Amino acid sequence: MGSRASSLLREEDIEEIKKETGFSHSQITRLYSRFHSLDKGENGALSREDFQRIPELAINPLGDRIINAFFPEGEDQVNFRGFMRTLAHFRPVEDNEKNKDLTSGEPLNSRTNKLHFAFQLYDLDRDDKISRDELLQVLRMMVGVNISDEQLGSIADRTIQEADTNGDMCISFSEFTKVLEKVDVEQKMSIRFLH
Amino acid sequence: MVLNFNERSPFTYLMCVICIASLGYGANVMAFEPTSTSPSKLPPWSQVEDTDPDPDPGETTQAVFTLNYPRIQIPFEITLWVLLASFAKIGFHVYHKITVWVPESCLLISIGLIVGGIMHSLHEKPPAVLTSNAFFLYMLPPIVLDSGYFMPTRPFFENFGTVLWFAVVGTLWNSIGIGISLFAICQIEVFGVQDITLQENFLFASIISAVEPVAVLTVFEDISVHEQLYIVVFGECLFNDAVTVVLYNLFNHVAALEVVEAGDVFLDIGHFFVVGLGGTIFGALFGFVTAFTTRFTGKVREIEPLIIFLYSYLAYLIAELLAISSIMAIVICALTMKYYVEENVSQRSCTTIRHVIKMVGSVSETLIFFFLGVVTITTEHEWNWGYILFALLFALLWRGLGILVLTQIINPFRTIPFNFKDQFGLAYGGLRGAVSFALAFTLPDSIGRKDLFITGTIVVIIFTVFIQGITIRPLLKLMNVRKTNRNQETINDEIHKRLMEHTVAGIEDLCGQWSHYYWKDKFMKFNNRILRKILIRDNHPESSIVALYKKLELQNAMEVLDQMSGDISAAPSLISLQYVSSISRPVLLFSEVFETTVSYTNKHTLPDDITAREILMRRHTSLRRSLRAGSFHGTVCNTIYMRALIYTGYRKTKKNAKSYIIIYIIYTLLNMEMRVFDPFLALFLPECCKNVAEVFLSAHGPKFEL
Repeated sequence: MGSRASSLLREEDIEEIKKETGFSHSQITRLYSRFHSLDKGENGALSREDFQRIPELAINPLGDRIINAFFPEGEDQVNFRGFMRTLAHFRPVEDNEKNKDLTSGEPLNSRTNKLHFAFQLYDLDRDDKISRDELLQVLRMMVGVNISDEQLGSIADRTIQEADTNGDMCISFSEFTKVLEKVDVEQKMSIRFLH
Repeated sequence: MVLNFNERSPFTYLMCVICIASLGYGANVMAFEPTSTSPSKLPPWSQVEDTDPDPDPGETTQAVFTLNYPRIQIPFEITLWVLLASFAKIGFHVYHKITVWVPESCLLISIGLIVGGIMHSLHEKPPAVLTSNAFFLYMLPPIVLDSGYFMPTRPFFENFGTVLWFAVVGTLWNSIGIGISLFAICQIEVFGVQDITLQENFLFASIISAVEPVAVLTVFEDISVHEQLYIVVFGECLFNDAVTVVLYNLFNHVAALEVVEAGDVFLDIGHFFVVGLGGTIFGALFGFVTAFTTRFTGKVREIEPLIIFLYSYLAYLIAELLAISSIMAIVICALTMKYYVEENVSQRSCTTIRHVIKMVGSVSETLIFFFLGVVTITTEHEWNWGYILFALLFALLWRGLGILVLTQIINPFRTIPFNFKDQFGLAYGGLRGAVSFALAFTLPDSIGRKDLFITGTIVVIIFTVFIQGITIRPLLKLMNVRKTNRNQETINDEIHKRLMEHTVAGIEDLCGQWSHYYWKDKFMKFNNRILRKILIRDNHPESSIVALYKKLELQNAMEVLDQMSGDISAAPSLISLQYVSSISRPVLLFSEVFETTVSYTNKHTLPDDITAREILMRRHTSLRRSLRAGSFHGTVCNTIYMRALIYTGYRKTKKNAKSYIIIYIIYTLLNMEMRVFDPFLALFLPECCKNVAEVFLSAHGPKFEL
């Protein structure tokens, strides 16, 4: 019990996480047990290796990038708070939330934040722009190996041309948002978390 | 709305034609041989007397003009009825406004009513189209195949649970609820319907629970309701046809029994599941067999559509043989085979298949609504105020309640729950239609109150179709139901959507949850590894992103062609060329060039340089955007570019020979200037012009080297 006591979840923690992310009590406890089962080193934080041990994630084309999204800039460990904060992006947007006053700032699962999460999956160097190379890398991962580099390049070029409005041959976040304005992002980037 | 005379006349004419034509249809026409050479007139509404078409043995006069109606009677009458229904459909679209506000089903029923009225006043009977066999074997399969084939698969499978929930449980709820309430009403002496047993009530209830999607879906599409609602209504209607037919058979069987025991009920429930699952498995099997067959039809493209139809119909018939759900069989068959078949068959076959399915389905649907109208007038009705009005009331009530309750139960399991507006749309969109009508009509005569049931069904159908069908559109608009934006497909959409799907799948794995993404992923792997290898002829697994990209590029190329088609002339406008001459070195006059032009041989096939073409097409959009009209630079570049694009890529006729030369000249001249202004243009224009030039030069030597 000794060294594990610090990693047990306290009520105050649960309350804070609830306020910050909007998850319910049961969801938080469930996700905590999941966090704990992933945490092989039992130090209250997850490292990249812990994530990579999940088999389905390893074969997901975007696995590495998703894992990367959990770790803030420069850090190698993510604690439970950080874990929940990232997962909060995927909470479904409820109708009554849409109209609520945002007194505490924009909720983590708002449309903009969801889009920002997706944007960061492309933008590895965090310069707020998706360059052609970054796009190519992602395309290569998603499309597979049957396509020639040239054709992939054409697709990337076309993608940038469709989205780019200021002519800098990169997709900025605002252009990204604009190009996806007709897509039902709230539905596509949402998971029904089990209780 | 004031109709001017010109608009009115074709429509009135059409109506007259329809009325006159209807006079001829219901009647039997006499055929006889004239014994004299004068042509005989046939009064169209005279009763038939079976005259002997064969001449008497002693008759030696050769009839010059004979009519043999009985021989062609049946196909003739079928054709005319179908034609009449089609005229009605054409007639509606003369006025756009009508079809926007009034669903087509209403209009068809109205026309049917009119025709029925005419026939009734002539004491004619409508053709016996709605026998059990005719409906279930000929008219229902096309409708169901149409629905199954055009079901959007991805949203369907994502909402599979919800669809099944509403279809199966919802229909059961409706049937049982309405049945019990009506039985309660029957107990009340006032209405005089005490002889209707519980089983018969259930039977009637199951008939009026079947909802019909056509009118509602058109409205939904027009106002672009969000995808979830659309697919749930679509799927529910499709599957509840199957459920209703099963229930109908079940209650039919039960109604014939004197005493119902508990054991029977359990057997029936078990039978229900067997029927449903059996139909599904059977359909899937047939779907795979069809896909497998199309793998080998590479050399016989003409019969590909036929194979699809035959297999689907066969699935339906054999399912009927085995008394499992034939509707499920044909729907699942269409669903499974579509993906593989569309990769195996040629483009033309694909179009043919889609077109024919839509056509036959639409004809079937039209005919049924039409006959609904006709039969309403011409049958003997039994009217019972209490029973029928309560039936209508309960039908609406139970549906509303059902949707409410069922949504509350299923919402926690959905990612995006249904809000009240969605539920209203679902409940109010429950129009009854074709299937109810046919089932009522095919009730066995052993049911004592068959006429009452038919009347009741017709009332419910007409009420829902007219009142609900007409008002649903303004209501949904008023309520501002959640919409989806019908966006044009862009490659960005596809890529980012795919990214999001992968992300969500990854996060779900991370959280240790299973969801439909997991199953979808598993299925796609199985599909790619095993199924595609067996069922598809040339297995080049292509990412949907690449497929979409190709499609979009092709669309753009076609757009360019369409835009320029009005603009092609043998020589570019002189103005742009005068500009050229003013800034560049002195130029050979075109007249000189033309005169010295040697006529081509025909065989100036351009090298099929794919890369150049692709680059051209891709840069086209950006070039158009970046070039401003009005500037000299723009005008000339635009002109040259357009010409080059067209002539190198698409035009291969001798007529444009001169233009090729001109382009080459212009290219060379501009090359010097353009390289400074627009490296971009200089980059590719030389490519395509070079191609042209090479060909020309190779044909005619270096005469035109500048």
